[in-house]
Amino acid sequence: MWQLIVGELTRAMQELVQDFAHFLPRLLAMLVIAVLGWAFAYFLKIVVRGALRLAKFDKLSESAGANQLLTKAALPSSTELMARLVFWVVWMGFFLLGVEVLGVVGLQEYVSRFFLFLPRLLAGVFIVFFGLLAATFFYRAALLAAVNANLPSARVLAVSLRTIIVILAVSMAFEELGLADRTIIVAFAIAFGALMLGLAIAFGLGGQDLARRFLERRFLHDKQEQKQDEFSPL
Amino acid sequence: MLEACLAERSVLNDDFLRQLISVGEVDLLVGLPTFNNAKTLGPVVQAIRAGLLKHFPRERAVIINVDGGSRDSTPELVKAASITDLQLSSEVYTLRTLHSISTISGHGAATGPALHTIMAAAELLRAQACAVISPESINIDPAWLERLFRPVYRDHFDFVTPTYRRHKFDGLLLRNLLYPIMRALYAKRIREPYPSDFAFSGRFCNHFLEQDTFDHDESGSGTEISLVILAIAGSFRICQSFLGTKARAHRDSAELVPAMRHSVGPLFSSLDTNFPIWSANDGAQPVPTFGPESELTAESVRVNRKQLHQMFTSGVAELEPVLKSILSPQTLLEIQNIAKVVEDDFRYSHELWVKTVYEFAASYHKSVISRDHIIQAMAPLYRGKMYNFLVENRDASGEDVEANVEALCRTFERLKPSLLERWDGRK
Repeated sequence: MWQLIVGELTRAMQELVQDFAHFLPRLLAMLVIAVLGWAFAYFLKIVVRGALRLAKFDKLSESAGANQLLTKAALPSSTELMARLVFWVVWMGFFLLGVEVLGVVGLQEYVSRFFLFLPRLLAGVFIVFFGLLAATFFYRAALLAAVNANLPSARVLAVSLRTIIVILAVSMAFEELGLADRTIIVAFAIAFGALMLGLAIAFGLGGQDLARRFLERRFLHDKQEQKQDEFSPL
Repeated sequence: MLEACLAERSVLNDDFLRQLISVGEVDLLVGLPTFNNAKTLGPVVQAIRAGLLKHFPRERAVIINVDGGSRDSTPELVKAASITDLQLSSEVYTLRTLHSISTISGHGAATGPALHTIMAAAELLRAQACAVISPESINIDPAWLERLFRPVYRDHFDFVTPTYRRHKFDGLLLRNLLYPIMRALYAKRIREPYPSDFAFSGRFCNHFLEQDTFDHDESGSGTEISLVILAIAGSFRICQSFLGTKARAHRDSAELVPAMRHSVGPLFSSLDTNFPIWSANDGAQPVPTFGPESELTAESVRVNRKQLHQMFTSGVAELEPVLKSILSPQTLLEIQNIAKVVEDDFRYSHELWVKTVYEFAASYHKSVISRDHIIQAMAPLYRGKMYNFLVENRDASGEDVEANVEALCRTFERLKPSLLERWDGRK
């Protein structure tokens, strides 16, 4: 009896030692991959940071209005953020490769899912970034055009346009990521419809006087102006 | 050299080339860029013809019309104007055939491609002197041709800019911005740096055609001011010639934002490439002038000043986020402070205006936002300065207005170092 217990324990210990002997090289391989991955990701981070600085990416994102959002959220500059994103994505990629080497069955599926998700994540980030860029550009264009045309509430008009473009970009990014895509589309449709309806009602009912004044100024004022002398600026 | 020639020829289509070859070499060439000018073009063409026949009867001359694609038969009008009509109406006699040819550039109202075509034709025909006449110059008389051509053809100048008799409130963008800043930076006292009627030599024409920048200028706007800057930068002999009364522009040309895009945009843009020239210039030199440098009339007119003030104040308030990225906090604060002042006490000082312009120029150079947006953002501030100018000079004589402009020019010259500081990025 005692011998049986000792024999079983010895076999169990031997199996454990054998398993550990099998696992140890894999663990070491994983650690080596993780360390190499960290070094490679760090190198890429420096390269990306340098390239973005050379390309004046901060300036671009500042003109896109992204820097303002980052400052408000107490985040680093867009160049630093992109460099860090690249570092973490690359290092996570290497780390998960290392995890796959361990041969843990349940984890392998998650690893492959992560790699499938990566391109979509990057696409989402790009959609949001260029959406912000477009939103800021059109906001400024609308604001300047409205001010120079002497339209009332120029900033309200421009902010509305920017909001619509940002909402559109964010909903497109969420759709790309596959996160609550139906909810987002429905929410966008409702929000957009409500905004348009609200504007129509506000302008039609609440803004009767404003609309009348605007139309009067637009048409009657032009007639008055034609009677005055026109001087060329050049 | 051959590549350059082929590039020039590509501007000229086959039919136009055939017409040019049938004309042969010429001494004088008059370019007439048009776009839907049928209503006003007749007298302009007749004056050009009369001017050539009266003042240059022995010279070989050609009138070249480059049309932007008019729908009102403008090119037909140019071709139909006959010498016989002219000889009946005035005592001019031709010793040579006066050719008149027309081509379509299809670029609409943009004058850039038309001027490029005219220059390419002038180079092909080996014209010694070329003049460009605006189809809107309805006050033109035959003597204008003599006043434009003679400095180039007889006195060997390379570029002739016009001076005009104008109303004191006409051409305010020229007087409050273009002339003073050109004078301060390029050190030449050219009164009309955005000329609608001008002349140039064959030598200048060849120099223009060698510039790659104009080959790729698809927008074709602001070529007139770019030509003047090119003449200054190339150290060509420049002079001014008094033509007469400047015709009032029609409503479309009176719009401020397009006018600023076509003039201020190319001027700011030229500062990038010509930095070594304008940064080294010190003290503006007078330009030889035939006739008076400037004549201002002061008859009473009605101007909507109130609207200018209202558009300035609303512009400063609404454009705050845009102006923040262009102007320094101190300048923006000063502008916001004057925007709060009531109309009667409003004053946009020369110093503040010059600081505004220089900060816009530096921001344009650094492209802090879209360059077109920078130009558009300047329009409301210019309206403020224009309002101030109109109020200050309401009862002023021509001499008083000139004195005011001179003071502004001196402020631009005095504050030039501040632009250089901003240009280097120290501020």
